[in-house]
Amino acid sequence: MPRRTDLQKILIIGSGPIVIGQACEFDYSGTQACKALREEGYEVVLVNSNPATIMTDPEVADRTYIEPITTEMVAKVIAKERPQALLPTLGGQTGLNTAVNLAEKGVLKEFGVELIGAKLDAIKKAEDRSLFKSAMKHIGILVPESAYVRSYDEAMEVIEKISFPAIIRPSFTLGGTGGNAAYNIEEYREYIKVALETSPVHEVLVERSVLGWKEYELEVMRDLKDNVVIICSIENFDPMGVHTGDSITVAPAQTLTDVEYQAMRDAAIKIIREIGVETGGSNIQFAVNPENGEMLAIEMNPRVSRSSALASKATGFPIAKIAAKLAVGYALDEIPNDITRYTPACFEPTIDYCVVKVPRFNFEKFPDTDQTLTIHMKSVGEVMAMGRTFKEAIGKAIRSLESGRYGFEALWPSDSDKWTTEQKYDFLRVKLMIPNPDRLWYIADAMRFGMSLDEIYKWTHIDRWFLYNIKQVLDMEAEIRQECFAGRGERPFVPPSQAESEFNMDREMLTVAKQYGYSDKYLASLCNTEEKAVRVHRQKEAIRPVFKHVDTCAAEFKAFTPYLYSTYEGACEAEPTSKKKVIILGSGPNRIGQGIEFDYCCVHGVFALRELGYETIMVNCNPETVSTDYDTSDRLYFEPLTLEDVLEIVDTEKPEGVIVQFGGQTPLKLAIPLEKEGVRILGTSPEGIDIAEDRERFAALMNRLQLRQPDNGCARSATEAKVIACKIGYPVLLRPSYVLGGRAMRIVYDEAGLEEYITHAVRVSPEHPVLIDQFLEDAIEIDVDAVCDGKEVFIGGVMEHIEEAGIHSGDSACSLPPYSVGKDVIDELKKQTQIISLALNVVGLINIQYAIKDKIVYVLEVNPRASRTVPFVSKAIGIPLAKIATKVIMGKSLSELNVAMKREVQHTAVKEAVFPFIKFKGVDTILGPEMKSTGEVMGIDKDFGRAYAKSQMAADCSLPLTGAVFLSVRDKDKKPIVPIAKKLSHMGFKLVATHGTARMLSENNVPVTPVLKVIEGRPNIVDHIKSNEIQLVINTTGGKAAQEASYSIRRAALVHRVPYFTTLAGAMAATKAIEALKSGNLDVKPIQEYYRI
Amino acid sequence: MNKKRAILVLADGTSFPGYSLGSEGEAIGEVVFNTSMMGYQEILTDPSYKGQMVAMTYPLIGNYGINEKDSESHNPFLEGFIVKEYSPIPSNWRSQISLDEFLKNRGIVGIHGIDTRELTRKLRDCGAQQGIISTVDFDLSSLIKKIKSAPGLDGIDLVKTVTCDGLYEWKEPAPSGCIPKRYKVVVYDCGVKHNILRKLNSAGCSVTVVPAHTRSQTVLSMEPDGVVLSNGPGDPASVPYMLENIRGLLGKKPVFGICLGHQLLALTLGLRTYKLKFGHHGGNQPVMDLSTRKVEITAQNHSFAVTAPQEGTMQKSPFGSVEITHVNLNDKSVEGLKCLSIPAFSVQYHPEASPGPHDAGYLFERFIEMMKRQN
Repeated sequence: MPRRTDLQKILIIGSGPIVIGQACEFDYSGTQACKALREEGYEVVLVNSNPATIMTDPEVADRTYIEPITTEMVAKVIAKERPQALLPTLGGQTGLNTAVNLAEKGVLKEFGVELIGAKLDAIKKAEDRSLFKSAMKHIGILVPESAYVRSYDEAMEVIEKISFPAIIRPSFTLGGTGGNAAYNIEEYREYIKVALETSPVHEVLVERSVLGWKEYELEVMRDLKDNVVIICSIENFDPMGVHTGDSITVAPAQTLTDVEYQAMRDAAIKIIREIGVETGGSNIQFAVNPENGEMLAIEMNPRVSRSSALASKATGFPIAKIAAKLAVGYALDEIPNDITRYTPACFEPTIDYCVVKVPRFNFEKFPDTDQTLTIHMKSVGEVMAMGRTFKEAIGKAIRSLESGRYGFEALWPSDSDKWTTEQKYDFLRVKLMIPNPDRLWYIADAMRFGMSLDEIYKWTHIDRWFLYNIKQVLDMEAEIRQECFAGRGERPFVPPSQAESEFNMDREMLTVAKQYGYSDKYLASLCNTEEKAVRVHRQKEAIRPVFKHVDTCAAEFKAFTPYLYSTYEGACEAEPTSKKKVIILGSGPNRIGQGIEFDYCCVHGVFALRELGYETIMVNCNPETVSTDYDTSDRLYFEPLTLEDVLEIVDTEKPEGVIVQFGGQTPLKLAIPLEKEGVRILGTSPEGIDIAEDRERFAALMNRLQLRQPDNGCARSATEAKVIACKIGYPVLLRPSYVLGGRAMRIVYDEAGLEEYITHAVRVSPEHPVLIDQFLEDAIEIDVDAVCDGKEVFIGGVMEHIEEAGIHSGDSACSLPPYSVGKDVIDELKKQTQIISLALNVVGLINIQYAIKDKIVYVLEVNPRASRTVPFVSKAIGIPLAKIATKVIMGKSLSELNVAMKREVQHTAVKEAVFPFIKFKGVDTILGPEMKSTGEVMGIDKDFGRAYAKSQMAADCSLPLTGAVFLSVRDKDKKPIVPIAKKLSHMGFKLVATHGTARMLSENNVPVTPVLKVIEGRPNIVDHIKSNEIQLVINTTGGKAAQEASYSIRRAALVHRVPYFTTLAGAMAATKAIEALKSGNLDVKPIQEYYRI
Repeated sequence: MNKKRAILVLADGTSFPGYSLGSEGEAIGEVVFNTSMMGYQEILTDPSYKGQMVAMTYPLIGNYGINEKDSESHNPFLEGFIVKEYSPIPSNWRSQISLDEFLKNRGIVGIHGIDTRELTRKLRDCGAQQGIISTVDFDLSSLIKKIKSAPGLDGIDLVKTVTCDGLYEWKEPAPSGCIPKRYKVVVYDCGVKHNILRKLNSAGCSVTVVPAHTRSQTVLSMEPDGVVLSNGPGDPASVPYMLENIRGLLGKKPVFGICLGHQLLALTLGLRTYKLKFGHHGGNQPVMDLSTRKVEITAQNHSFAVTAPQEGTMQKSPFGSVEITHVNLNDKSVEGLKCLSIPAFSVQYHPEASPGPHDAGYLFERFIEMMKRQN
């Protein structure tokens, strides 16, 4: 069937900001879809609020709306653009839900928009539990038995049909309160009573538990001719009970016989047909009883998902691209397979390697929350690794994580050597039984401890095949230790500084170790030597990795796209070209502080290099990204970003140089080690990077340039800390010197606070000094992104933070252009940026953070690399900074590139951060110097108020136009809150406030109703929030005690989705936004129109 | 783990040192690769591999062991088995013994620990060739000499080495819920996979299996409703007696040919066959049914194929016109034939799957329909 000719314009909805459960995989899928549809000559209209995406680049779609993804706003886009079709299956759950709402509200009908890919009925059948269940019954596919009960008697009836253990879930309780697993009838009786009481509607779902069953996923594609193919099977290492996003997963399925696999395949095909997803990819999950093979269907995603992205990267089959083509009428057999060229996409990829995905967690950012892994996803990113064996792949995945681990390091707590054997056993048992982010390493510890595979299986239900493979690695570890210390005698551990630079190992043993996935660094630590010693010996022995193709077909056909992974085996297929080429290092797994923004920059680096005629080589290990699409760069190495792995690639490719400044800290910290090994670093020199990163060198530079920094010092003992703090004057900003990214940063207001910090939060010692900075209270913080060619500086954007200095820049909203500082200050900032860039000899991107207090400019931080705000600035001003930087890095001058040096924007763009608080029980929502946001949105409009309003709406925090506002502010904010309160009151809001705030407002003639604090009795403010009587919360707090006392207010606001502001600046911005909203409706406008001057 | 050394050497001198798997000793055969990620047990027991050594492109083999139910014949007929990494621990509730034990018990020589991808690329680029696995002789020139002195596949009748000794009824009970037996089917055993018999059985056929040398008169005297020509090993041109048998049945009984059976039917109808460079061995081959334009993902295992007619999809034959019904989307090779004047059709691939997808299972229904129309 040819493509449809009745469609000309197609709307695609993106997935919005990066949140837990919805990350860059939808940028990857959306970008592919836009490209595929435009290739076919369709006009593509895109809505996505996330500026850090490639899909929102003005060149990707014809009309790009960086607008909030709400039903209302998308309806406006539809009214304006009048697309004939909406493709809802490529923008994650957000895109799908929005499409469903638009359909249900009649918007699609009103404007004659057809849903393509999946119709409303199909989406509902897949998404609604009970519709799904009855659909499965209709085609004879088993699902876990379950039933809703509304009384004790009903519950007793239902349990006859549901076997134990039974899961009991009360309806409409938040965060799973009142839920339980009953293993016998006695427990069941008890838990049912509790659950019925807990549920506000007295309704409970009773479901058969499949905890501990094996979990599988199939990625299925269907076309309008009803051809169905399975792209990939995935087997979860962690059995049922852990969200698949939090599970280690492996492709293809490892422990199913063909009979079982084909039964699953048949079921998947039946399911996609019954649900009625017309075209495109779907993901279907199954649980299999390890005892008897019983198979149940668990759920279906009628859309491209995170697993689809993984499956695409794991097989080389571009699911999203093909899904888009199928949606407009092509059949699978009409689309060629890009990799093999001569065979069609209508086939099932077969792979000849093992793929392992490991999730990346960020629990250290949320120390108050429980780290148990459950059915709710908590990981923030993931890595994928490929090897010819599972052992090799998991070894590579571990070092890809960048968690400081390079193998199966032991995780015993420091005092465990005093434990009895029983204590140790119990410790391990708990760590194995309760799923947690470190379970993989505890399995290794359990093996070293002597626990048998059967025992480990008993506690984890992780398939013995996986356990056995880990055991093989650990058995080898024992052999390696023996070999290393043979003849030298067992010696006690010595710190790495005293390690030996000698390494020797039997050739065959070392070969096998490498085939088992051992990193040089871990081998070095096992043998008490340095990584370099292992590398030198290994290379001397000619034990080098080879690179093999990911080709969708297990080498049955020739591959034309160099998509490669390393392994220790016979033949190398890399076939490097003799073209002039450059390697770009990617940013690795998403994590808080290093996310999609850096992938965006890397991809732009690739685009720019290609424009300059270079062959581009990408190295990355994050399967969610656009950078790891095989057609983004000329050559893709899907590899860990460690020194060892990068050096081998460099040695194979012999590029002109390596670009490290786009991928965030990950490649940046490789700059000096790579340079030491003779690799040419392109752009700003490692020396320049080092000056900016090294505190003392940087301070010296600031002195020389006569620029101001906040007073600071470095304390190596508690006493010294107190002296320095006293000299600087409180409040001070404290942080450990050895941690990056704002980890464990804190502002303290007095010596008591300092005392608490250095005794409880961090240790201070000569090896681990604590950095102390003057904290500029109530200062305005400003970010500047610029490009420097060594002679000239192009200021991309000056962004004023909404939240005051002290809130991590990644967590603060910001406005471009600034909305409160004057031209004189901005000019001064530009001047300083120029001075610093030239002084550091920056070639490429630079980001500087300034604070302004009492009109004095302080330099807070200089990052001679791509910053998180590069995509935001680029979208706001319509100039692709990273691309320009790349060209500068390759030797072009700014004047040659003809960059409009002075570009005044006529609109305002506001960036707002998006937080994962709701996913972590027990976590406070107060912002501070440690970054906690996972993603960002952009609001763009003609003035600040509107742009800010849009940013809030896009961050799923729509501001109210009527209702009640709750105010409770710390003493120092009591005066400045008055004008804000007045304004709100004038706009018709009812004000409620706690005692102190209320008194201040009354004194200033602002009408206000006092309300009780939580400790003062009931009904208190939390009760009012829970009863939906409050529409906006403004709550600023001072000390720790006040924070703790008001914690439940913020948490209640969060859970009940009431917009809340914890800073005065935020409250002020919100008030301006409400004002703007009240003065007229919000309009939508494509980004392409903003750039036309 | 067995760390005894083994070596695989190809006729062109390429060698792959590895470790012994299964029986020790020496084996010679044509080396082919199979791209199925699962189903090694079915592959090991598929009689069509007689004369061949199979390299699995999926690197991790043995993960789920061997069970008694998934075999396609009573014996493995292949000459050798080649894998990247053998898993000594079988992990599946159905597993009874490990792959290594199975191979040892059945006297199959294998090798593990070699770069199977490189071997595959070699076979892809240079074509399938004879090879030898040895755990006793590591001398290259001696091994190559052994290969050279062994007969190849071309022109050799391998069917006679795998067909049954005498007629038998297929007795394995069909899964419950199947239709009652309405048709009597005779299956010519050229190396039949048991799943063909199971599929016929559960589609409502009583199944009698006869040796390949059974004369057509004998089969006709059994008064079957239809005849199936099974899969089997080797060169179709080297089993002339089967062509004779088929000629005696065409037009008299509905005939359904599978794999080698398809090639034999084609030869009988006057078409030609040729040897593919490295064959089709795997479970992901896309085949289009030209009548519906729909694609089925098929299980395949063949080294020879039917030459397409010079023009179009039709060919004249002594039995009337023959139509090409199915084509392979990867290389456009002929995948299915149908006689327009008499009830006979065939496919190059395996509707009984095992291992592989079940998409083509409808062909058994088609055969049943054909028998129904004749009655």
